[in-house]
Amino acid sequence: MDKGLQSEGNMIDVQQMIENNKKKKTVGERIEKIIPFFLLLCAAVSVLTTLGILFTLLRESIGFFSDVSIVNFYTGTNWSPWSGEYGVAPLIGGTLLVTLIATLVAVPLGLMAAIFLSEYANDKVRRIIKPILEVLAGIPTVVYGYFALTFITPMFQSIIPDLGIFNALSAGVVVGIMIIPMVASLSEDAMNSVPNALREGAYGLGATKLEVVFKVVLPAALSGIVASIVLAISRAIGETMIVTIAAGATPNLTFNPTESIQTMTAFIVQAATGDTTFGSTIYYSLYAVGMTLFVFTLVMNLIAQYISRKFREEY
Amino acid sequence: MLGQNEQNMKKRMEGRVAANKISMVLFGLATAVGLIVLVLLFYRVLTQGVGYLSLDYILNFPAPYPEEAGIYAGLIGSIFLMIIVAVFAIIIGVATAIYLEEYAPQNRFTDFIRVNIQNLAGVPSIVFGLLGLTFFVYMFSFGYTLLAGGLTMALLILPVIVVAAQEAVRSVPSEIKEASYGMGASKWQTIARVVLPAAIPGILTGAIIALSRAIGETAPLIIVGAATAIYTLPDSLLAKYTVMPIQIYNWTGRPQEEWQYVAGAGIIILLAVLLLMNSIAVLIRNKYQRRF
Repeated sequence: MDKGLQSEGNMIDVQQMIENNKKKKTVGERIEKIIPFFLLLCAAVSVLTTLGILFTLLRESIGFFSDVSIVNFYTGTNWSPWSGEYGVAPLIGGTLLVTLIATLVAVPLGLMAAIFLSEYANDKVRRIIKPILEVLAGIPTVVYGYFALTFITPMFQSIIPDLGIFNALSAGVVVGIMIIPMVASLSEDAMNSVPNALREGAYGLGATKLEVVFKVVLPAALSGIVASIVLAISRAIGETMIVTIAAGATPNLTFNPTESIQTMTAFIVQAATGDTTFGSTIYYSLYAVGMTLFVFTLVMNLIAQYISRKFREEY
Repeated sequence: MLGQNEQNMKKRMEGRVAANKISMVLFGLATAVGLIVLVLLFYRVLTQGVGYLSLDYILNFPAPYPEEAGIYAGLIGSIFLMIIVAVFAIIIGVATAIYLEEYAPQNRFTDFIRVNIQNLAGVPSIVFGLLGLTFFVYMFSFGYTLLAGGLTMALLILPVIVVAAQEAVRSVPSEIKEASYGMGASKWQTIARVVLPAAIPGILTGAIIALSRAIGETAPLIIVGAATAIYTLPDSLLAKYTVMPIQIYNWTGRPQEEWQYVAGAGIIILLAVLLLMNSIAVLIRNKYQRRF
């Protein structure tokens, strides 16, 4: 009897355990179903961010263009929002001038550094120099702005005496220095992925290293190099603090780099720090300028992606 | 005739070899330019700022006189801001990475998310400021507060964290995942107990590097209204705040020369914090990097 009861008790225990286990399993199964949904929600945040950017830029710009005609905005050549003149050309001109100077600095220096690191330097030198060069990309832009204003400008003033305290030249040069690592790093990656067999083929025909670089490596890595330059230009267009601090706040449609100018980004900072009341035309103009800036950088990024996808050489 | 040819050939040869040597020096010099600028920048900042650097400088609030000004509000503000940014950006970023690497089906929506993250990384930071101004400051009416600034910055560095976390998750070999499945573990159990622990060093390294980018950012915080003169520490998520780069920007813009030294001292502190963060990242990578 006793034995029977005990075994019956055991039976119940086992049944209980099975029940418990089933319950646990359904909880587990529920978690398994909820988790991917939660993760998808998190992944949607980045999509919502993009939609949010498009939404706010478009909505506020449309608000702006009901006050100021879009034709006047893009064809006008006088930008003085505090007296009601909204011609964006001087701001775009300022941005392009700084970007042009930065490109002239960064492309030759960055490409030559990339060639040196990828083709001439040995492993040991490369492993030391490349990280140091990349420190340049990690310096906060406000520090570059300080450097441009308090060091580069006085230095240039001793060469060009009539250079103002605020000028496009110093800002452009320093923006260029900031984007050197971007050109150098990405171009070096592209050159590194050119297979050695191609180089050795050229050496076998009696080419010098320089000839190998210009006639074999650079053509083979061209798509990666061009993409790196386009990306760096896009960074220069969107750069804010250096130009705000060193280039001044004078909207000025000029190609003279010694003059003070204002870029699109610098205007956004200036208007946001000033007494801009919510809902005023100047407040909306922030977004119209921001959208123009956004379109510029987006087009550059899409071009870079297109180049590196379309013209990628597979070895 | 033949001798003449050979001589020509030799001459050309010499020219080519010389060009090669000269260009090598040129390429080396171009590389050195970047390094020299870096040294100049550090030297300049140190010599300008070191005179104003003291314990008082670290523990003082901003003041109308350069001798009394300090970066305390900015330093603490930056730390508080980074905590908010880290909480939001790491949770959302890692979740996004796990979704993309482990769950996402091969379809257009997944491709869209990927391309979208890539493009988001190329959007100028100041545009994120405009996004924060519309949504966090006005629409959600957080105002010019720590929370608005933190959320804006979290969105700004989200793409960087997602990409780093994706790489970390991808580098966990499928053998140990399959071993986990073989033991009867479910998908989420495998991810939570096998994949994530193995990926944590990579995720942390990426996250710290992303945060060190955020701590130096100025432009978006100017747009979402970080204050320049703050005489109290933020005591809630909805308090006014300032950060180090904003203080430095403010001091740099003042015409008197003394303020440049004050700004230089601030830059030394900012760079020291950056150096500390990057050293921790390198340390984590070296210590916990496992090669499977």
